Amino acid sequence: MSNTFHEEEVLGKAYDSRLMRRLLQYLRPYWRMTLFALIAILLYGMLQAVPGYLLKVEVDRYLDPTGGQHLPPVLARFLSRNPMTGIAQIAFVLFLPTVFLSFFLEFSQSFAMQMVGQKVMYDLRKQIFLHLQRLQMSFFDRNPVGRLVTRVTTDVDVLNDLFASGVVAIFGDFFTLLSIMVVMLELNWKLALLTFSVLPVIVIITAAFRRAVRESYRRIRVAIARINAYLQEHITGMSVLQLFNREERSFDEFEEINRAHMEAYKDSILAYGLFYPAVEVLGAVAVGIILYMGGGMALRGVLSVGTAIAFIQYSQRFFRPIQDLSDKYNLLQAAMASSERIFKLLDTPVTIEDPAEPKPLEHPRGQVEFQQVGFAYKDNHRVLENVCFTIEPGETVAVVGHTGAGKTTLTNLLLRFYDVQDGRVAFDSLDIREVRLRDLRKNFGIVLQDPFLFSGTIASNIRLGSEWITDAQVRAAARQVNLLEFIESLPAGFDEPVKERGATLSVGQKQLLSFARALAHNPRILILDEATSSVDPETEHLLREGLRRLIENRTSLVIAHRLSTIQNASKIVVMHKGHVREVGTHQELLQKRGIYFKLYQLQYKDQEFPVARAVLGAESLPERS
Amino acid sequence: MLERLRPLRPYLARYKGRYVAGFVCLLVSQTVGVLVPLLIKTGIDDLARSVALRRLLMVVGLLAAVSIVKAVFQFWMRWILIGISRDAEYDLRNDLFRHLMRLSPRYYTEHRTGDLMSKLTNDLNAVRNMIGPGIMYSANTVVVGVATISLMIHLDWRMTLMALAPLPFVSAAVKFFGARIHERFEKIQALYSELTERVRENISGMRVVRAFCQEDAEMATFDVMNRDFVEKNKGLIWITSFLWPVIALMFALALLLVLVVGGRHVLQGLITVGTFAAFNVYLTYLIWPIIALGWVTNLVQRGLASLGRLMTIFEAQPDIDDRAVPRNPVTELRGDIEFRNLRFSYNGHAILKNINLRIPAGKTVAVVGATGSGKSTLVGLIPRLYDAPPGTLLIDGVPIREIPLRTLREHIGFVPQETFLFSETIHENVKLGTPDATEAQVERAAEISNILPEIRGFPKEFDTMVGERGLTLSGGQKQRTAISRAVIRDPRILILDDALSSVDTYTEETILRQLAGVMAGRTTILISHRVSTIQNADEIVVLHEGEIAERGTHAELLALNGYYAELYNKQLIEEELEKEA
Repeated sequence: MSNTFHEEEVLGKAYDSRLMRRLLQYLRPYWRMTLFALIAILLYGMLQAVPGYLLKVEVDRYLDPTGGQHLPPVLARFLSRNPMTGIAQIAFVLFLPTVFLSFFLEFSQSFAMQMVGQKVMYDLRKQIFLHLQRLQMSFFDRNPVGRLVTRVTTDVDVLNDLFASGVVAIFGDFFTLLSIMVVMLELNWKLALLTFSVLPVIVIITAAFRRAVRESYRRIRVAIARINAYLQEHITGMSVLQLFNREERSFDEFEEINRAHMEAYKDSILAYGLFYPAVEVLGAVAVGIILYMGGGMALRGVLSVGTAIAFIQYSQRFFRPIQDLSDKYNLLQAAMASSERIFKLLDTPVTIEDPAEPKPLEHPRGQVEFQQVGFAYKDNHRVLENVCFTIEPGETVAVVGHTGAGKTTLTNLLLRFYDVQDGRVAFDSLDIREVRLRDLRKNFGIVLQDPFLFSGTIASNIRLGSEWITDAQVRAAARQVNLLEFIESLPAGFDEPVKERGATLSVGQKQLLSFARALAHNPRILILDEATSSVDPETEHLLREGLRRLIENRTSLVIAHRLSTIQNASKIVVMHKGHVREVGTHQELLQKRGIYFKLYQLQYKDQEFPVARAVLGAESLPERS
Repeated sequence: MLERLRPLRPYLARYKGRYVAGFVCLLVSQTVGVLVPLLIKTGIDDLARSVALRRLLMVVGLLAAVSIVKAVFQFWMRWILIGISRDAEYDLRNDLFRHLMRLSPRYYTEHRTGDLMSKLTNDLNAVRNMIGPGIMYSANTVVVGVATISLMIHLDWRMTLMALAPLPFVSAAVKFFGARIHERFEKIQALYSELTERVRENISGMRVVRAFCQEDAEMATFDVMNRDFVEKNKGLIWITSFLWPVIALMFALALLLVLVVGGRHVLQGLITVGTFAAFNVYLTYLIWPIIALGWVTNLVQRGLASLGRLMTIFEAQPDIDDRAVPRNPVTELRGDIEFRNLRFSYNGHAILKNINLRIPAGKTVAVVGATGSGKSTLVGLIPRLYDAPPGTLLIDGVPIREIPLRTLREHIGFVPQETFLFSETIHENVKLGTPDATEAQVERAAEISNILPEIRGFPKEFDTMVGERGLTLSGGQKQRTAISRAVIRDPRILILDDALSSVDTYTEETILRQLAGVMAGRTTILISHRVSTIQNADEIVVLHEGEIAERGTHAELLALNGYYAELYNKQLIEEELEKEA
């Protein structure tokens, strides 16, 4: 199986200041909320040292007053001499407010930051989507749909994680750690430093753990992607798989991918399995240091019992932030990779856009000229060379030729999906690069070879987003292409949902729907890439009829596969290997006995039976006996 | 609940020994673990009484020993218990896939790929969470809870009651909010899929979007969804932001009670300062088990619901299988096909009626008819993509259900109407059904289907990847690859279901000519709309609304002057017209 999933899996460094600066730009509109969250988490972090300290105060002042009693004067004055009252003061006057404050701070910072994350995500998605609407078609040729979808969805989500639980939480962890360490140093700097001696060890262990987990998570992600791709494909192609007795081999392949997934996870279990106990052992080591070293200090009278108890509590607390920080590292790394991909997309220049000073195109006549046009999709492979022809207003021009002759490319250039490399395409004698894309394209109605339907309703597929098309016009368009009867037979009529891009409709119905779409937009010029797929004669008849009405009284450019279109064309352009080889009417070209004649013999001869019906009508077939 | 877990029994029974070992590790690690605060208590009391350092050293030594024992067993506990869940997940996924491969196309028309995928990913994961972390943390909560609380009670039962008072609220909060978080999360996920689908459509239909100047409209639709997504998330964020601070608040209140009540008890001489300190540590020991209590209930709830959905896959019985195959089944087929008064209904609609048709081995039969006349269904019955009623379809005189599926399909080369290629190399796709085919055979098959020159033209030739991650083949190229895939099997029966629709007439003629050579003596069934494809068949069958309307040779059918003759005549007339031109 393919192993090209890795492309998306390359993780770079965890921190790239250039990317980070650019990412932080997105926080700018929400700086107030961000600042608020930042202050909240800072205060929250500082409050985390309070419970331990109050514990010490209670023990040293009331429970075991033998040790040192050096309390800050403010506290000493405030606290009652009566132990019962004092304890109540500590609990309810000092401790309880911090508890609620802490609650409020944690909640509001989390809410604020997650909301900021959502808003940033909204902005980013909007920006990416907008950029996609502007990028030239050649970009979409190079990038598979799935990959681009990922940019708008998954990659943005990863960034959300960073904003919502990453950036600010890092400060929170840091301040918690810092405030605990400061209080410990303040209480007894010697014992504090001794206790801190476990910190380097935990940092090293955490780093090692992080590396191991990162590697196995990378493998897990690859494995999950492969499992999903494999399942998706094999469920879709299940009948082929069964027809060719592939079950056992497919199972073996699947089992292998499944195993890789399981093994990658086992590695991560191993990493976690080693990490958690190691952290606990270190916690015990810290307690051991406090008890033993503290015991020595207590003997010398330089350590109170309360301080020892507070130290033990603190020592249990400062591992959490370090572990969290290491989780954030993974988050940061994923976010860097995602943002790099997103920015790469956003930085892809738009090469086909409106000119700086567009020429007006107010009352277009609808004349199209290809003047010595040369074009290549890829560097050297010329698809069109020196192509010249004109479509006069009112004309129907049919383009014929073998597959790969460059027929579809003509429409791509006319709509400026791509720009010509040589020569020019002119619309009403204006180079199409000199007018606004919108002004140009709104003159055309296009019917693609493969009719593309959107999820929505029948009506929304005819109208698309063009609000100016009235219901009556939608109806009229459907009637004109002979689709009205079918639509009205549907339970919900025009509001019948179209699911999964028209999976419930036949090929012919989809074609007719796309005819109706083009018609409803009432274009000056119709561009039609006829479908090659063979349909049954009834549908063929409907399609042909629809087609006839579509091009009636309208300038059209038709990439023709149907004889009827060709015969009725004002002009036929014969393309061969990127060149225009013959131009003329059907009869002229047949008499010429050139390429058209040959093409006709090979390609169009067999499609004639449905056409015949149109020419003669089914009833008037000569009786044979 | 146990009843609903029953389907998992075979998966869990397999790991019975390991479960026992895992639970033993859990028991050892946690019972040893609760000794740590006791040692801290001793240490603090010693420290408060300023005893000799030797004694403290002993306490510290014990502390080290205890925590190392705990750590070792804790490691094994996780490794074994979570490991089992990954193994069971692996087993389940294998079994699911194996089962899916046994289900007939009918199942796949009734179930959407997306739904199946979601079962195989999300639901499987939820089940895994239930049998791994779910089981481990339940056991953990019980053991830690019982051990810790009984020790706390032993130390000071009144204080224990006070300290524990706020904690049930934590479990309740986790369970309550957890369920709501999940609920809202599901809704957001659904919205997210819609958003994703919207983007996918926009990009796939980019040409239409551009051609009809729909960029702004698309932007507007997307914006509505994007905004809605943020709005829905707000509801979730509210709860998630609330949950953790609430838990922290409850524990802080428990700590506050210990400060007050514990302090009084120390002053009253009921407990020592060390016990007071140990209580603080025990309280932190309880944090995770108490949270887990609420969390695990949700895990199990979700897991059970998901298990139910997964089971619907297993419950779907393969409707096409080898149950009617006798002890000594046929192993070779000649390719003589007989439809005997066949009637085939699908969801109550009769698709085929009164089909009596015999195709002797070695003959070529063409099927024509309008869309929906039942052509594809008719040929789909032969490799048993659909099952004909018993006794109505025989191969070599044997009822088709008595031929092992494998044998049957081995002898058939089937080219479906819609070409499906796997995203592998062309080479792999051609030898899909014949893994042992040689290079020469692959090339020969490509030659017969007239695609060899084009493959030779690709930079990587036969090693060219097909599909989104590789080269996009044209419709005709795909069809011809599918034909190669069928002919390389050297089948007794070749079925082309409108398989030449995307190739031009010239190529079609070449392919048919070459096929005629290889298929000499083999049975061939052709479906086509083109007269040129079918006119040389030994027999032509015209289907009309599921029934055979006409049958005979080209000449006979022309003489019959019906549907077929009409098709043909139209062609003739057109040619005459052409001559006049």
